[in-house]
Amino acid sequence: MFQGLVAQRLVALFFAGWALLNFPLLALWDHDILIGGLPLFPIALFGVWALLIAVLACVVEGGAASRSSMLHERPD
Amino acid sequence: MSQKVLIADDEPNILISLEFLMKREGYEVVVARDGQEAVNAIFKERPALVLLDVMMPIKTGFDVCHEVRAHEAVRDTLILMLTAKGRDTDVAKGLALGANAYMTKPFSTKELVQKVREMLGTSA
Amino acid sequence: MLSATLVIGVSFAYLLLLFAVAYFGDWRAAQGRSIIASPWVYALSMAVYCTAWTYFGSVGRAASSGVWFLPIYLGPMLAMTLAWMVVRKMIRIAKTYRITSIADFIASRYGKSPTLAGLVTLITVVGIVPYIALQLKAIASGYAVLTSPLGQPAVQSADWWSDSTLYVALALAGFTMVFGARHLDSTERHEGMVAAIAFESVVKLVAFMAVGLFVSFGLFASPVALFEQAYAVDALRKLLQFGQGQPFAYAQWLGLTLLAMLSVIFLPRQFQVMVVENVDEQHLRRAVWAFPLYLLLINLFVLPIAMGGLLYFGPGAMDPETFILSLPLSQGYNALALFAFVGGLSAATGMVIVEAIAVSTMVCNDLVMPLLLRMRRFGARASGDLTGLLLGIRRLAILIILLLGYLYFHLAGEAYALVSIGLISFAAVAQFAPAMLGGMYWKGGTRHGALTGLLLGFAFWVYTLMLPSLAKSGWLDDGFLHHGLWGVVWLKPEAFLGLTGLDNLTHSLFWSLLANVGGYVGVSLWRAPSARETSQALLFVDVFNRKAGARPVFWQGRAKVSALLPLAGRFLGAEQAQRLFAEYARREGVASIEHIPADARLVQFVETQLTGAIGSASARVMVASVVEEEPLDLDDVMRILDEASQLRAYSHELEEKSQSLERATTELREANEKLKSLDRLKDDFMSSVTHELRTPLTSIRALSELMRDDDHMDLAQRQQFLGIIVVEAERLSRLVNQVLDMAKIEAGHAEWHNAVVDMRELLEQASATMRETYRERGVALQLQLSTAVQPLWADADRITQVVLNLLSNAAKYAPRGSGQVHLSLKDSTDGIAVEVQDNGPGISQEQQSMVFEKFRQVSGDDHYRPGGTGLGLPISRQIVEHFGGHMWLHSSPGQGAVFGFFLPRQGVDAERTASTDQPLI
Repeated sequence: MFQGLVAQRLVALFFAGWALLNFPLLALWDHDILIGGLPLFPIALFGVWALLIAVLACVVEGGAASRSSMLHERPD
Repeated sequence: MSQKVLIADDEPNILISLEFLMKREGYEVVVARDGQEAVNAIFKERPALVLLDVMMPIKTGFDVCHEVRAHEAVRDTLILMLTAKGRDTDVAKGLALGANAYMTKPFSTKELVQKVREMLGTSA
Repeated sequence: MLSATLVIGVSFAYLLLLFAVAYFGDWRAAQGRSIIASPWVYALSMAVYCTAWTYFGSVGRAASSGVWFLPIYLGPMLAMTLAWMVVRKMIRIAKTYRITSIADFIASRYGKSPTLAGLVTLITVVGIVPYIALQLKAIASGYAVLTSPLGQPAVQSADWWSDSTLYVALALAGFTMVFGARHLDSTERHEGMVAAIAFESVVKLVAFMAVGLFVSFGLFASPVALFEQAYAVDALRKLLQFGQGQPFAYAQWLGLTLLAMLSVIFLPRQFQVMVVENVDEQHLRRAVWAFPLYLLLINLFVLPIAMGGLLYFGPGAMDPETFILSLPLSQGYNALALFAFVGGLSAATGMVIVEAIAVSTMVCNDLVMPLLLRMRRFGARASGDLTGLLLGIRRLAILIILLLGYLYFHLAGEAYALVSIGLISFAAVAQFAPAMLGGMYWKGGTRHGALTGLLLGFAFWVYTLMLPSLAKSGWLDDGFLHHGLWGVVWLKPEAFLGLTGLDNLTHSLFWSLLANVGGYVGVSLWRAPSARETSQALLFVDVFNRKAGARPVFWQGRAKVSALLPLAGRFLGAEQAQRLFAEYARREGVASIEHIPADARLVQFVETQLTGAIGSASARVMVASVVEEEPLDLDDVMRILDEASQLRAYSHELEEKSQSLERATTELREANEKLKSLDRLKDDFMSSVTHELRTPLTSIRALSELMRDDDHMDLAQRQQFLGIIVVEAERLSRLVNQVLDMAKIEAGHAEWHNAVVDMRELLEQASATMRETYRERGVALQLQLSTAVQPLWADADRITQVVLNLLSNAAKYAPRGSGQVHLSLKDSTDGIAVEVQDNGPGISQEQQSMVFEKFRQVSGDDHYRPGGTGLGLPISRQIVEHFGGHMWLHSSPGQGAVFGFFLPRQGVDAERTASTDQPLI
């Protein structure tokens, strides 16, 4: 359904995001401790979130090379 | 006083034959073996007529013709061009540059003499 | 506590500022210098997702259930990872077919069905009104907190005319009318509105973060100190973890995330800013990560504010949803509190404005217009400009939507927390997902399938979420909640079929989406799609596969320009219609509007333009009423599709053909140039040959004539002339031979008599031949030959010809009397190299490259070169190259010249083994 390298990366990122932000991976962070004085669970959530944004930005804004290839891709 | 004729050609055998021919007709003959020599001789000897070969080393006949016509002192020198290239463009170019007459090699000695006489205004 | 006048004054000043921004945006757009043509503005406008619900509600949610406010923002994060594909496709479809709302999108996809458009609009209105109420409620309660003494309940006015919320609603309606429905544009784009929304997004983010920083670093020493204190309280400590002991917590988490993921795409306002207002598809590239980043930032301080409020006021003392105002107020930071209120106002007004524009477009195009057009007065055959009427309907729709929102707020608003109201709306718009996504990626979906799915999903939403919420507000008897409808236990709305354990939202979402998808897919598969459905499915699903020119037009019949132009004029304005038609004529390459061919493409063009103004379903009806259509069946659709793909193939082929033609033309031109230059070369060659032939002839003729005419010429003279004649005759015959030779070699007709050649012997013989000439000229010839030389396979005569040519050239150029010529032979495993070196004047650099060309005798020296034909070296080179070797010349003026050639052994060996009839030594 989604052809092209960028599209495939995005789909992979989508599923990675679902996995990271849901059971059971999410349960890994559910401990009653403070990290540097801040609660672990919210820190982990925001951390994963920021990571996803960073990777997403890298994938879509990419280099000039992937930019030109994206112009020719057909997204479906 | 006999008129002076300059023969400019880089082929020594043609030079020999033309020199003999002109002398036989009673002209005073000067020879030049290339274009530069020809120009020098024209300024120095002031010949009345030049038999000018087109294909010469250093300066071609066209160059010589052009140079002669550009100088006040020698402008009136009569020029009879001789060329082994019979193309119309060559003839046209020579005449355009100021040659008075044109003959194609190989030429008939009689016709050449006739032409030279005509140009110099002397009758046989 | 702040004075009411101040708060109202600041609020109106802020609205005026928004007005100015929007006006500036429109003004710049009219000048063609759009300020919203930036990916950043686009991303900021998408942040209209963060409403008062985010601004006030998140803190409230965090104060009661900790991290559970987050799935609403994690869903959009995940949605954005796929936006580059999914949203871009929606943008492409919407732009291509002038679709301006979700209702139109779905209706258009399933055969331009008015019923479907109406149903989607109805669901939207019902689902969105509570959401708008929520915004009004947020503004009202924020206002109350600011203007009442801290910690005391706000005094609610009993009379509706003194209720400030009503005036807020009316002010917002006015603003929305001015910027959302000021003029009619068939693309439904509102640049000024988008600029204002982006501005509001900045304001609300800055305001929220300002309060967050204040709480984290002002009220408390640091976030660390804040969380340490919170950790000391058991109730708060629990909020900082996930499960809090609920069963099915993860299912609910997943449900909320999914819900938010669908909402961020299918909420009418998100569709409006993301798809309809999109300026450039490429802007998505930035927005897909900048928008989630915005969400992250605005949520960063939700927990600190919630924890801070709970710690400061103690649980239950204050409404957590207004912590963002009450915390600064409690410290006497009135200006910060006011700024925070303006931020909340931004969040609320932004949502209301965009939502109202989006919904009013739907109401006008998909509910009111279809009804109006059925009436004789406005119907197909009627005339008159309807643009004014269209605008009026939209303005009225905006007003009614806001008043409905006010009514809902007034009657039911108090019963529910902000978040709960918002989630009800989310669940409603999530019902569009199956029909939308299925329509974009699955060609099999049908109108009946979409209708069934939407109806079932909507019904379940009403029964399991909407009605219970009304019952809990005390509007309905809540008996059915506890005992089930008609007392049937398994019909209990919040435990349907006895399903328990899920919270009511996840429960409702599960059942409604299950019924929706089931109905959509099941009914769609029941029968094959009709022709109209198929044609629309092809246009939607394959939107990226076709360029504008090759898109199939699914229409057949007869039309007249004279009927279509007035029709367009009625809905777009006569002037605008005239301009569109003129533009179309220019694109088609016809002289004027009257010459436009009234074919399927024109009909489609008009219909697309009308779709922008009145929606696809109404546009379909209108166009159908002024043209004579022939109904399409499935075969027609397939035929048209075939033709379009053939057209595409043809155009592809044509493109290729024209490219290959271009290539051929270039090649031909090059060949022609080559021929021309060859022709010039031949011409030059002929001219040179002529010259070279005539020169000896001149001497021969002149001297012969002189001798003929002079009988008395002395003998010596005669002898000299005859000698010259003989020499010149020889030269002439040599020349003739060489020209023929050259021609033969060049044409490949030369005969080669190959045999084993001993190069050493050959060179010795050649130099012996030349010995006399050298002696005559006083030039010394020295041989330096390797002793033992491997035999070569070559034509001895030809090689001798080359050597003699080089030797005679050297003799000519070497100075008479003091000439020195060296002939050397070097034998190597590769082959044999021969060099002839003289001590003549040398050859200048520029002339070196010419010596191997025909008739190029080196000029510029005063040497007479007897017998030179200008063909010797070119022929030599041809010969050497024939044997696979090469020739060279090294020289610098004054230093003499070295001519040499190399003959390879390899090629020779190969040739020898190939010919077996030759004797071997």
